[in-house]
Amino acid sequence: MVRRSLTLILVMMLMITTVTGCGGNNQTEPQENQSEQATREETKEGSVLIWNLRTEPKTIDPQLNSAADGGHVINNTFEGLMREIDGKLQPAIAESCDVSEDGLTYTFHLRDAKWSDGKPVTAQDFEYAWKRALDPNLVPEPAEYAFQLFYIKGAQDAYEGKGALEDVAITAKDDKTLEVTLNAPTPYFLALTGFYTYMPVRADVVEKDPENWARNPEKAISNGPFKVTAYAMGDRIVLERNENYWNADKVKIDKIEALMIVEESTALTAYEADELDVIDQLPVQEIPRLKAEDPTFAIWPQVGTYYYIFNVNKKPVDDIRVRRALTLAIDRKAICEKIAKGGQLPATGFTPPGLLDADGNEFQKVAGDYYIDPNGAKIEEAKKLLAEAGYPDGKGFPEITVIYNTQEANKAIAEAVQEMWKQNLGIHVKLQNQEWAVCQDARHHGNFTIARAGWLGDYADPMTMLDLWLSYSGNNDCQWNNKEYDEFIEGSKLLTGKERFGLLYKAQDVMMETNIVMPIYYYTRPLMVKERVKDWQRTKMGHWFFGQASIE
Amino acid sequence: MGRFIVNRVFSMGITLLLVITITFALMHAIPGGPFTREKALPPAVMKALEAKFNLDQPLWRQYVDYLGGVIKGDLGPSFQRTGVTVNKLIEEGFPISAKIGGLSVLLVLILGVPIGIISALKQNKWQDQLAMFLATLGVTIPSFVLGTLIIYIFSAKLGWLPSYGLKSWKHYIGPVIALGGFSLSFVARLTRSSMLEVLQQDYIRTARAKGLSEFVVVGKHALKNALIPVVTYVGPLVAAILTGSFVVEKIFAIPGMGKHFVESVGNRDYTVLMGITIFYAIFLVVMVLLVDITYGLIDPRIKMDE
Repeated sequence: MVRRSLTLILVMMLMITTVTGCGGNNQTEPQENQSEQATREETKEGSVLIWNLRTEPKTIDPQLNSAADGGHVINNTFEGLMREIDGKLQPAIAESCDVSEDGLTYTFHLRDAKWSDGKPVTAQDFEYAWKRALDPNLVPEPAEYAFQLFYIKGAQDAYEGKGALEDVAITAKDDKTLEVTLNAPTPYFLALTGFYTYMPVRADVVEKDPENWARNPEKAISNGPFKVTAYAMGDRIVLERNENYWNADKVKIDKIEALMIVEESTALTAYEADELDVIDQLPVQEIPRLKAEDPTFAIWPQVGTYYYIFNVNKKPVDDIRVRRALTLAIDRKAICEKIAKGGQLPATGFTPPGLLDADGNEFQKVAGDYYIDPNGAKIEEAKKLLAEAGYPDGKGFPEITVIYNTQEANKAIAEAVQEMWKQNLGIHVKLQNQEWAVCQDARHHGNFTIARAGWLGDYADPMTMLDLWLSYSGNNDCQWNNKEYDEFIEGSKLLTGKERFGLLYKAQDVMMETNIVMPIYYYTRPLMVKERVKDWQRTKMGHWFFGQASIE
Repeated sequence: MGRFIVNRVFSMGITLLLVITITFALMHAIPGGPFTREKALPPAVMKALEAKFNLDQPLWRQYVDYLGGVIKGDLGPSFQRTGVTVNKLIEEGFPISAKIGGLSVLLVLILGVPIGIISALKQNKWQDQLAMFLATLGVTIPSFVLGTLIIYIFSAKLGWLPSYGLKSWKHYIGPVIALGGFSLSFVARLTRSSMLEVLQQDYIRTARAKGLSEFVVVGKHALKNALIPVVTYVGPLVAAILTGSFVVEKIFAIPGMGKHFVESVGNRDYTVLMGITIFYAIFLVVMVLLVDITYGLIDPRIKMDE
């Protein structure tokens, strides 16, 4: 017996020695461990901010970017003519700006600012960057967000190949003066100049490596509070303080590590274990607990709406009464409070809160609730409409399918809507989840009857939502075609102030009265920032800015 | 032996060609393309993008061009990451996945095989019962549950392990266990059952009757034969584990190949999807070949002629 056990031990040892003999690659690890501890210590000293960006940006080149993740990074590495601080627009690279009386010509006077390599930021850099966004033959690819510059005279023509880039009305008068002429007075143009597509880039830097310069620490020259100093694909982007930033005195953080932790629950664990300072994507099921227990949990507004779209060409939702009945028969408050749980607000219109009109009033408030009751379903009215449409108590209602892109939260909401329609109207709909790209494709091509959709605003004006429903918009997934609506939107582009907003209100009235969408809720953004991080900023459009933040 | 390898390499080539063709066809058959966006792209941009990636060419042309690139070892540019080639993505992702995968394979072999042997020698004793109880547990718990449990218990509750990334040796513990847990249990069970079978054979009885020490009987005579099914399993396992696991990489936020692969499916990043599939396929067929060669080394009776 003893001999047997001995044999066993020997066999085991044999195995271990032979196998470990092949792979002794663990020697470097103690050192790595030290360096890890070093980073944490630095954090405690208060100079490193660790922030979960979550997804890897496709690009962090200001003109090429069109996504939120890239936008967060660019907002910290570059600086435009203006910058939003504490919700207010402040001059940044532009020291001042003159606007002509007709509101068409803007003359920006630049301050003495420098790039991270010490060279001055000039008006030519802006001219180059803006025209770059409009270049239809841009290498590596045309800018997806070029439309953000279409307010400028000649911009759209150049981008669509109908005009020359030289004719676009962007001119650097001298090193410090930039003149821009617009097609029509655009009240939010100044705000746009703080948006990433409008941030300057340097010709000599970009042209050396058009595809990769922004990501490459050796070539990434920027003019914002931070500069890219390391980039590990799928892992992290490291930003360090830019000593040459014009407002460098205000920058208190030495280093930012932007991580790409996709799994929300892992990021939350890391946050709770003090390994992360900033997160803004939280697992839905944890929100009630965090709300109750964690004082750093906060719900921020987010300019966006979650809604269902009707395909106006498909039976039975080609009938406005059916669309209205379906819209009235759901309880939005219950969906927000019992299912979404992230502090979302019941949506009664298409334009979300956070966008103001000419008088400084909330567009969403002034537009009103239309026929929707934010606090519950209007069952009687819905039933009556459905009966008028020929389906009393849901009898004879054809079988239809609601499609949504695969995601737990979408599924839960779709099931609730399905149940409410069944209870309140006596109709049964099928649900079908589709993978993201498949769902997009179905929506764009009109291969659906009812589909889940959502839209987040790009700039602080209701137009960012409303131009979706222009008959020629590439995003008009409802397949809706309305001349009156087109006229209101087009007309508003030529007007300013109250008159302009008069048309915008009318436009939203048209689309809401025809009921092409069924609004469900207005988005919110639950987020958590450690208490020791002070003075961080989040813009109205939801971009982080740490250029004035500090860590205690 | 030489002829065997030549034959096998030839059939490997055909397998790879089939893999490439089928993946290519399936990929283009699913709805939605690489430039399907929430905010629709203007037609001019769409055209420029398609031209850039040769998507405006007829399908057969794209196929031929792609095949030509693969033969030269060029897997093309990523559609979704500006300025990144698929080769670069694999170059950066593979070592990370392979490091974790390699450690997992070691774990599987170092622990799995001896546990199986002990269980077999102590059949139906408490050692065996305990080991098999754990092994059954290990086979039934999926890696995402195991990974989440590890994070929950050791990172969130006890604070012993970090929850993401790969900075120190401590970071490796969770992912390696989560990744290797299933195979470890499986290998232990496999070793045990094949060991039991071998121990009952006549030649073992003969060896014992000759008065050979238990060490020689088990270590020299029984183990070799008992390991054949294990080798069969471990070959493809190495290919599968080293090329990255999406689940484990996602849970532990590891920037490996598995993460890139699954993201490429969602993004319709055709070239990345194809590139990683081909890389995996090559890895797999090579491992299967190695397994077949190993058979011959363990048991000379297995002929290489077929």
